[in-house]
Amino acid sequence: MTALSHPLTYQVNLTSPKTLSAYCDDGGYQGARIALTQFSPEQAVEQVKASGLKGRGGAGFPTGMKWSFVPRKATKTENENTYLVCNADEMEPGTFKDRLLLEGVPHQLIEAMVIAAYAIGANKGYIFLRGEYHLAAQRITHALNEAKTANWLGDNIQGTGFNFELHLHTSAGRYICGEETALINALEGKRANPRAKPPFPQVAGLFGQPTIVNNVETLCNLPHIFRHGIEWYQSHAPESDAGTKIYGACGRVAKPGLWELPMGAPIGKVLNDCAGGMQSGLKLKGLLPGGASTDFLLPQHLDVPMDYDHVAKAGSRLGTGGLIVLDDKQCPVAMVLNLLRFFAQESCGWCTPCRDGTPWAVQLLEKIEQGKGQLADIDELYRLCDFMWIGKTHCALAPGAVEPLRSALNYFNDDFVQHIELHHCPYHHGERHG
Amino acid sequence: MTHSQQIPITQVDTLSAAEYEEIDHELTLLETRQAASIEALKIVQRHRGWISDQSLKAIADYLQIPVADLEGVATFYNLIYRQPVGKHVIHVCNSVACHLCGYDEVLRAIKQHLQIDYGETTADGNFTLLSNACLGGCDKAPVLMIGKEHHGNLTSTSVIDLLNSVQGENLGEQEGSKQ
Repeated sequence: MTALSHPLTYQVNLTSPKTLSAYCDDGGYQGARIALTQFSPEQAVEQVKASGLKGRGGAGFPTGMKWSFVPRKATKTENENTYLVCNADEMEPGTFKDRLLLEGVPHQLIEAMVIAAYAIGANKGYIFLRGEYHLAAQRITHALNEAKTANWLGDNIQGTGFNFELHLHTSAGRYICGEETALINALEGKRANPRAKPPFPQVAGLFGQPTIVNNVETLCNLPHIFRHGIEWYQSHAPESDAGTKIYGACGRVAKPGLWELPMGAPIGKVLNDCAGGMQSGLKLKGLLPGGASTDFLLPQHLDVPMDYDHVAKAGSRLGTGGLIVLDDKQCPVAMVLNLLRFFAQESCGWCTPCRDGTPWAVQLLEKIEQGKGQLADIDELYRLCDFMWIGKTHCALAPGAVEPLRSALNYFNDDFVQHIELHHCPYHHGERHG
Repeated sequence: MTHSQQIPITQVDTLSAAEYEEIDHELTLLETRQAASIEALKIVQRHRGWISDQSLKAIADYLQIPVADLEGVATFYNLIYRQPVGKHVIHVCNSVACHLCGYDEVLRAIKQHLQIDYGETTADGNFTLLSNACLGGCDKAPVLMIGKEHHGNLTSTSVIDLLNSVQGENLGEQEGSKQ
């Protein structure tokens, strides 16, 4: 593991994360120094654009392009701010990659935010951390204090004339806060319903000011892009999107965990080589490639490279890159029910398709799982998928719920039908194994 | 409006000096008083265990925002308690990785051991049982959180040992305070 082969994780230490000086001894803050001294803010944005970095929070939007929408002002009045917000509200079921970076190498995130803030002209930033990550909060607070003392935050950073103030905000447990406009409402102390777009946060975000919200892992790429250059960054995966990606696997696999690999590693490599395959006696039935709100894929998809385009072509989304693995002895209806219960609970209630559609889907799935379903319920679930799809809802939560539901209805149709015909769950009765 | 139709003004608690001080600190960092909503709720909850109607009104008053707005925030979050809770709040992750890795058995064991269901507190006031959306410990599923501590790789027996050890800390503290 070296800075060149595993840029995001080579400095990770979960037992005791590196102090600022130890982090610097191993190349830390070099990327920020290069960005602040050798690039103008505009050039820094161009550099990130050219690197090909795409958002690691799930949507995969090109980071440099997102930044380029921020209006630049030569001078700011006292009430004018540009904000940089790190989305560390990691709450997507089956996703635990940002936690590794937050707990294991907090200075990397701070360095990354200094670079991003410099590029977009932000003078103030927030790390929006989910409330349950207490250890991360403690470690980030410590790192923030160290960075302030060492003048990597505050006024006239390292004598460059650049000012950036960074604060930690800990949330209190709500999935929708990970949606960037809901997150902005949460930071303003309001109920965290997502906002209507436009205006986009890049133009009018936090307190009505230009705001960029980036995911933890996305940001953590920046120090390395500036330290080692674009050519190096793109050389990891010449056939795929640039850089490395932290992949994960959970469910009943032999060795659940996280691994940093060149972007575009095949699903089978993550599942079999990294996670050691299925636990003994179990077979792979299906998997969600990138968190709860992605479509199921099947054993036939193991060759699919885990990058944005290839996973999309296979009918799903890269999402957060964390595999949630379903084995042949687990009921797919029960799994989808669990997922839909999550989305129903976490729906903010703002728009009808989501507020009413997600619990309705839960009711139908409960009926089927309990053996009280009818074949018409399957049609009804398909209809709900249509009601909750993109364009009919206020934000992406309900379409995210539809993805595993609709793909399960397509791929595991015989399981749904069998529940209905047998009037019970065949998995609970040991009659069916995949 | 006749006198009898007026909404009665319920008594508003005042916050303690320590609570005001901590909230004031937050206010120095933030752009608006409202932006301190969540932090203020957390501060008062840290001091009092939960957010009563009176506490809610006192915080809203201090932040100069409508009580209804603050209630909209308080009830939005899983970790803000609008009802009294026990000394230890157990948040059991009920999301998909835990579901696939034995959540049902662990939850059943907890409920049986403590004789409470979700949303309830044990008679001795020691434990409150709540669910939690994905705790981000999917590689150690099933997981739960007690207070600020996360615990993973649970089984129906190890979780009882865990509860007993937390209970044991309580007894230790009580004995300590007697001395």
